[in-house]
Amino acid sequence: MSTLVIDHVSRWFGNVVAVNDITMTIGPGVTGLLGPNGAGKSTLINMMGGFLAPSTGTVTLDGQQVWRNEAIYRHIGIVPEREAMYDFLTGREFVVANAELHGLGEKAAQRALATVEMEYAQDRRIATYSKGMRQRVKMASALVHDPSLLLLDEPFNGMDPRQRMQLMDLLRRMGDEGRTVLFSSHILEEVEQLAWHIEVVVAGRHAASGDFRRIRRLMTDRPHRYLVRSSDDRALAAALIADPSTAGIEVDLAEGALRIQAVDFGRFTALLPKVARDHGIRLLTVSPSDESLESVFSYLVAA
Amino acid sequence: MYDPTVARLTYRALLGRRRALILGALPLLLIVISVAVRALTGADDQTASDVLGGFALATMVPIIGVIAGTGAIGPEIDDGSVVYLLSKPIKRPTIIFTKLIVAIAVTMVFSAVPTLVAGLILNGNGQQIAVAYTVAALVSSIAYSALFLLLGTVSRHAVVFGLVYALVWEALFGSLVPGARTLSVQQWSLAVAHKLAGGDLVTSDVGLPTATVLLVAVTVLATWYAGQKLRSLTLAGEE
Repeated sequence: MSTLVIDHVSRWFGNVVAVNDITMTIGPGVTGLLGPNGAGKSTLINMMGGFLAPSTGTVTLDGQQVWRNEAIYRHIGIVPEREAMYDFLTGREFVVANAELHGLGEKAAQRALATVEMEYAQDRRIATYSKGMRQRVKMASALVHDPSLLLLDEPFNGMDPRQRMQLMDLLRRMGDEGRTVLFSSHILEEVEQLAWHIEVVVAGRHAASGDFRRIRRLMTDRPHRYLVRSSDDRALAAALIADPSTAGIEVDLAEGALRIQAVDFGRFTALLPKVARDHGIRLLTVSPSDESLESVFSYLVAA
Repeated sequence: MYDPTVARLTYRALLGRRRALILGALPLLLIVISVAVRALTGADDQTASDVLGGFALATMVPIIGVIAGTGAIGPEIDDGSVVYLLSKPIKRPTIIFTKLIVAIAVTMVFSAVPTLVAGLILNGNGQQIAVAYTVAALVSSIAYSALFLLLGTVSRHAVVFGLVYALVWEALFGSLVPGARTLSVQQWSLAVAHKLAGGDLVTSDVGLPTATVLLVAVTVLATWYAGQKLRSLTLAGEE
């Protein structure tokens, strides 16, 4: 059982602040580090893994400094985002080398390869591997010494759905075994499916923390914006504004459409088609205009 | 201080197909030149010394040193695969020292051995010319490896800087600016060769004691500093 403590950590590169005064505690189980691209997730993971010094603050694993402390890697397994991994070796040679660097041998390597189900391709050169296979061999190299903390940077990038499910199962199992597993992702669904606990980072700041239901509620309770075109925009607007689920409507003359702000997502989505039918109005376009993850995140930051 | 797994990975990366071809090209050229010179002019001590000093020691050894020294670590840092070495409970100076040993071994094999062969072809080791230059090549292999390994650790453009040092500083400035010659691995190793070769066929601008001190100092300091740099190596993320 290991606990990773990030205490008032900031990191800047020149004038750019990549991580801004983040404090979080990562305990046993699976934690998802969620944030849009460029939010500072990789910077944060690099500091957690001891590959980057915090400009201020500290990162400790069970009370031990991570930065400039090689001995800490007895307890940490790292799955980096970058692809490069000694492509001239076979999968087995690569995992064996990783085991040897931990002072372990062939047996540990074989066990790790079995865990990720890569034995069937272990004697092929890594250069010939697909992205998912690479990811699994990386995973094996990180598991070879049975670490209590596992750090994974965007582990699902480029994986097909089946590989994604396999890796999720594996990470879930690691979490069930009492390991501290932290993975980063910019995809909400991935995090929601896998993580018990979510940490949201936006623009270098710690935006939210908690179990995924709380975060999900924050995300669905926000005002939703829709762009609607219909056979009679003004009549539709008049009918909709009477309902409390609609907070505001703007007639956009240039676009020839209505911009509707809804506060009660569930109620509004049921209301709109009903109102249209009752008034004999044909709906031509209904499109959410702020469903991008970035807008969800920026809402979370403001919340 | 020495990790066999790090060494194995480094050897395999260094002697991968493309790099091995480049490493083999210059020694081959040296042998071809030596055979041609011997066939055209016959065995001559001065000519042998000119070829070994002018091409082998002044050009081939530093270039092989650049390829082996920077290649032992630079590409791993560039593509990020060094993370698999760094995320292990191994002292960072151990990684550097191991890579230094590998770089030295590769540089020696690809530069000192062909120098000896070329020397034997040119004048059959008359006046100890072949042995003198071989020893110079061995000695400079150590210093170049340490220097270029450090360069590979601190710079993404290590090969360019290395070649600039090897070709511009050692070859060009060395022949034009007298002061530059004192600060040249080539001159230091020539001081060693001078001691071994007969007559005044091999000359150096630096005395043997100075040369020895500088060779040792450069090797030790470069290795120590590379170890320190690796301890605080920052891996830039994709962001």
